[in-house]
Amino acid sequence: MPQKHVVAKAADITPGHKLVAKVGNRDIAVFNVDGEFYGLANTCPHEGGPLCEGFITGIALSAGPNDYRIERKGEFIRCPWHGWEFDIRTGQSWCDPKSVRARQFNVRVAHGDELVQGPYVAETLKVEKDGDYLVIEL
Amino acid sequence: MKLTKTGAIDCDMHVNVPSVRTLMPYMSDYWQDQIATRYIDRSSFAHMSYPARSPLSGRKDWRPADGPLKGIPGGGLADVQANLLDRFNLGMAVCNVIHGSNSLFNEDMGAEFCKAINIWMARAFLDKDPRLRASIAVHAQNPQLAVEEIERCAGDKRFVAVLLPLMGDSPLGRRIYWPIYEAAQRHGLAIAVHAGSTYRWPLSGVGFGSYQIEDYVHMGAQFENLIVSFLAEGVFAKYPDLKLVCMESGFTFIPTLMWRANKTWRGVRAEVPWIDEPPAEIIRRHVRFTLQPVDAPRDERILKRILEQIDCDDLLLFSSDYPHWQFDGDDILPDGLPEHLIRQIAIENPLAAFPRLAAAATISDALAGSAT
Amino acid sequence: MNAPTTTLSADGKSGEKLMLADCDIHPIQKPGELNPYLSVRWREHMATFGPHVRQGLAERIAWPRMMASGQRVDCYPPEGGPPGSSYEMLRDQHLDPNGIEHGMLIALSKGGMEERNQDFAAALMHATNQWQKDHWCDRDPRLHAGIVVNSEDPVTAVKEIELRAPDKAFKQIITSARTNEPLGRRRFWPVFAAAQETGLPIGLHPQAHPGGAPSTGLGWPSYYMQEHFTFTTASEPVAISLVMEGVFEQFPNLKIAMIEAGFSWAPILAWRMDRIWERMRKEVPHVKRPPSEYLKEHFWFATQPMEEPENPQDLLDIFDWVGWDRLMYSSDYPHWDYDDPRFVLRVKLDDGKKRKLFRDNAVALYGLE
Repeated sequence: MPQKHVVAKAADITPGHKLVAKVGNRDIAVFNVDGEFYGLANTCPHEGGPLCEGFITGIALSAGPNDYRIERKGEFIRCPWHGWEFDIRTGQSWCDPKSVRARQFNVRVAHGDELVQGPYVAETLKVEKDGDYLVIEL
Repeated sequence: MKLTKTGAIDCDMHVNVPSVRTLMPYMSDYWQDQIATRYIDRSSFAHMSYPARSPLSGRKDWRPADGPLKGIPGGGLADVQANLLDRFNLGMAVCNVIHGSNSLFNEDMGAEFCKAINIWMARAFLDKDPRLRASIAVHAQNPQLAVEEIERCAGDKRFVAVLLPLMGDSPLGRRIYWPIYEAAQRHGLAIAVHAGSTYRWPLSGVGFGSYQIEDYVHMGAQFENLIVSFLAEGVFAKYPDLKLVCMESGFTFIPTLMWRANKTWRGVRAEVPWIDEPPAEIIRRHVRFTLQPVDAPRDERILKRILEQIDCDDLLLFSSDYPHWQFDGDDILPDGLPEHLIRQIAIENPLAAFPRLAAAATISDALAGSAT
Repeated sequence: MNAPTTTLSADGKSGEKLMLADCDIHPIQKPGELNPYLSVRWREHMATFGPHVRQGLAERIAWPRMMASGQRVDCYPPEGGPPGSSYEMLRDQHLDPNGIEHGMLIALSKGGMEERNQDFAAALMHATNQWQKDHWCDRDPRLHAGIVVNSEDPVTAVKEIELRAPDKAFKQIITSARTNEPLGRRRFWPVFAAAQETGLPIGLHPQAHPGGAPSTGLGWPSYYMQEHFTFTTASEPVAISLVMEGVFEQFPNLKIAMIEAGFSWAPILAWRMDRIWERMRKEVPHVKRPPSEYLKEHFWFATQPMEEPENPQDLLDIFDWVGWDRLMYSSDYPHWDYDDPRFVLRVKLDDGKKRKLFRDNAVALYGLE
């Protein structure tokens, strides 16, 4: 039976920002991309770097030498160690999307009204009737 | 092992210009005057990278014992025919002249030497044996003059590549050299980069060593720097039909080069966003390596593992490296090459690397439009 | 020091608890931390003229690195100062959680290895060595210093080696692989003599700063991607030089650790050297045996940055060819291309090989027990 983990108030992560949610002994990086919330294991699938400490960026693309453009701003996380780029929405590595992928966790916004009926786990915050919360079911 | 197949294509063999005087008839009157009055004709242009009398520069039994070409590594046309073309039943052979004039600082003098070398090559070799092909000598450090020479020679389809020295003024991937690659792609010429240096810089990243053997051993790693330069600068993104043929590079470094290039790319991709696939794939599509000198050990199992790690049968091109002393007797191939690979290395890969080899199947085709 | 043990295998199945040796940890000074170790003259010199090295930019290399100046983003201490300047952070991020039993310090910065002013270089190296001992080794017996020396000035380098060698905190001699001339040339031999005399291995780590030559024989690269690659291609000629100059005939007990220099080129170089030596050995009559034998006997290799072959199993070939007793795990903490011991290998090794690679080879080379 999956458990509802309330990990943060929705307002705690504004668009373009991130935080690490502790769910049991698991660290999950939670991102707000243009109002949508996404969760990735905070362990880079390459060598284990803490993804959430990396840079939120777009993806640099090019039509050829001396041509530079950034697309999809805010949709990628660059690992703080080796700089590997991951699509926040899918967890896929840009360079090796088929075989390298950060594990995804579904992050849902739930209203306090619904949550207080329980059952839920909230390790780090108190759930009130008002307000929106981020929920990860594990 | 011996080459049992007939019709193999030798992608890197050398002929030596016997003397500066050989070239003078093909130079303008101004340069003939300069050559004569400055006594430039009185000493050879033997290259520091290939001292004429060094054991590596010429196999003993391939140096004429007498006659006008006495001691010249590889001798002349008759020697090439007897020692190489006939002896190994070759279909074609690509002649590369490694001439010391590529170290000259005077770009105009350097370019004049290249022009003379190319005309001499056509007259003394290409016209005399339909099996012969050549790379265009250019003074690479002035790309504009190099392009002029490419344009002058390009009509002669027997020229199948543009020859550049590995170590010149700057890494060859840099944009200053791109006019050369534009012209090469337009004319269907491969870019042939041959081992050696113009000595603009120390031959290693830690300065000049003491011995010739150090320079020569280290050449393989400098080819890695070359290939990384082509990748990082995006030469193949800009010129997608271009083939880079590394000559006398060795090939055992290919697997680790590919691994490291792939790994580094994943971390630095945003710096060079025109690399939009793993660099190993770009190498497999665009970069070729001539076989001799073989730098693998004699243990066949190791050669086999290296070939498996390369994981692509397209990369190696048969070469003799004539008259350099890379092997003894007739054992022109390393032991342990699998049969299917021999055919591919000997014929198919060369035809794919040099588009003009396939296009100019006959000598009359090749000569159509010749300006030389 | 209360370091927990760790399981080694990435799959977490192996039950063996193995403590590790890490052969490449980079400590660096907090701002001003070296001052107490410098005389007034050199403090003023530092403040007035700063470092004087062989490159165009005073505060960074001319190929700006990727990822936060080439550092792990998560290694910037919250209290300020550069990554690698906080002992607590090193302990909490790396030594304790990864079960590092032995950490070899490679003090690159301000060690004077690349400084052109020879007297300033001497002052810097002396200061840096004392600072390593006071700030790191004395705080944590897991950490072992390397005697940083400027090889361009062998006389001073030898004095520093002789001064530090009796102190057990120092386990090796560290010098830049990017000297003005290849390291095998005879003017460097006094350093080798001192190394052999004291029994300390020489650790060679490429400096980001250029020596006297462009980092490739083709000239200067354009991109950081290329410059990063030269850590291997400009390390190889150092090995060639040491072998071809006959250094190991002269100093048969000399041991060289190549650090952050790559290792997969070593077997390739061995094959190449042997093939060419067959033809050209008359040029180097002092090289009495096939060159590969010197490479095999006198060189050790730190593993970071680990090769990541397309087929992970290919790594085992390379390990076989280099030699299982010659490879030593290294992390390069706190730099961006850090190798984490839990994830660095994608191939399974038996416990004996794992022990050698992650611990025993380094323990044997540096005499850590």
